[in-house]
Amino acid sequence: MAKTIAEINEKIKAGKAVVFNAEDIIEVVREKGVKKAAQEVDVVTTGTFGIMCSSGAYFNTGHTSPRIKFGGGRAYLNDVPAYTGLAAVDLFLGANALPDDDPRNRVHPGEFNYGGGHVIEELAAGKDVRLEATAYGTDCYPRKKLETWINIKDLNQATLFNIRNAYQNYNVAVNTSDKTIYTYMGVLKPKLGNANYSSAGQISPLFNDPYYKCIGIGTRIFLGGGTGFVVWQGTQFNPNVPRTEKGIPKEGAGTLAVIGDLKQMSPKWLVGTSVLGYGCSLTVGIGVPIPILDEEILQYTIVTDADIVAPVIDYADAFPHLKPDTLGEVSYAELKSGKIKIKGKDVPTASRSSYPKALEIANILKGWIETGKFLLTEPVEKLPGVESGVSIKALKERPIEDQT
Amino acid sequence: MAVAKKIVLKFPKRMVDRPIVYRLVKDYDLEFNILKASITPEQEGLLVLELKGNQQEYDKGIEFLLKAGVQIQALSQDVTRNEERCTHCGACVTVCPTGAFKLDQKTRMVIFENEKCIACGLCIPACPPRAMEVHF
Repeated sequence: MAKTIAEINEKIKAGKAVVFNAEDIIEVVREKGVKKAAQEVDVVTTGTFGIMCSSGAYFNTGHTSPRIKFGGGRAYLNDVPAYTGLAAVDLFLGANALPDDDPRNRVHPGEFNYGGGHVIEELAAGKDVRLEATAYGTDCYPRKKLETWINIKDLNQATLFNIRNAYQNYNVAVNTSDKTIYTYMGVLKPKLGNANYSSAGQISPLFNDPYYKCIGIGTRIFLGGGTGFVVWQGTQFNPNVPRTEKGIPKEGAGTLAVIGDLKQMSPKWLVGTSVLGYGCSLTVGIGVPIPILDEEILQYTIVTDADIVAPVIDYADAFPHLKPDTLGEVSYAELKSGKIKIKGKDVPTASRSSYPKALEIANILKGWIETGKFLLTEPVEKLPGVESGVSIKALKERPIEDQT
Repeated sequence: MAVAKKIVLKFPKRMVDRPIVYRLVKDYDLEFNILKASITPEQEGLLVLELKGNQQEYDKGIEFLLKAGVQIQALSQDVTRNEERCTHCGACVTVCPTGAFKLDQKTRMVIFENEKCIACGLCIPACPPRAMEVHF
């Protein structure tokens, strides 16, 4: 018999909800069978903890006297430039932003020791951050320069707003060239020296809800150690990719845009990240609850690493040149064994995403639900499914003709 | 009894031009493998060695080094992991040339076996949260 989210919430409030993480549910269903388990289990919790570049945060610092308008001027947080195309004292800081004097890749590979992601981590940790701003001055906002310490507790709003997180599947990155390359998928040794992957696999949120039947706009989630919400499809949302028989996308597909109050998050789950030769980023912890409304939804949550495959992509050629070529596909079970076979060669594997931390997130979320601290929400709108026809395109360049 | 250890030697300025390693081979019959060597602008020397030989001769060799004024430290004290920053992602596993990082197949946690570490430093910038630290 099907359940509703309202019924599950009643059980959560009564402290009676039956919750398993997305790893344990596999064994539970193996023992009890789908029918019985679907009746008994209320929620399956998922988790992921990986480098998620399209992350950022916005702030309202409060007005100064005399007033200053950052909009159209410049602002820096610990020397990292923040976006000032907004109103007077609103700022947006992207995880990839770098100080103007960072040497970047001038000596390759650059180290990228400090950037936007690190500022977000420090703010979440409650550390003071230096704000420097210059403005052009107006009659109503006369001030032209500001230098001050700020602290998250004094900001009117500090909101984490990540426009693309929790990728549903990801490439396995290799390098077929004869020199080491430094990519966002890590250091890739020449001649298929290693293969890097980046997903928690069987416990990752969107692998447990491959057709977005439960996760939608308004879904309450674990975000960065606090709670947040799914607010939209993430950028590059691409449901129409090849899928396995069980419906699991065989390459990058769905993504989530998420939001939450940075003030209740923790530096343990928002970690400033440096990617050698690539740039700065933020490692983000996300956990999503899946309400077990019926047997079909439960079936999706028992996905295992052996059921999920990912394409092997050459980051020396195919990736940078946007070629569709792949070097085959491998399962997450194979990836997690420590080596995979590519072109007859044994290639050692490494993960960019942390499985043990993803599992810890799923367990924290499980604890919140079991103790009645976290209620499920009914999505107010679905994410675009396969039937939407949504797909992503490459940029079609149109040369700009000389006007002179 | 044979012994093989990885040690870090620090030479004061006055010693950088002396053939210390030669004496270890010649007088104490020790086999060496240089893992890292550098001289700073202040002309202090740093040498990371894997030293193999008979236990008695090894001890005598170490005594010779100490008497000569060389500071000695076990290599394993020099490369450490900041446990608070480590996210156990596993990015270091294939970067390390000596296999000092391995995954616990059950928990998927990254185990750092620092006795295998040769202090090459490759993991330091390759670690996304910068959890690996070197203290020479």
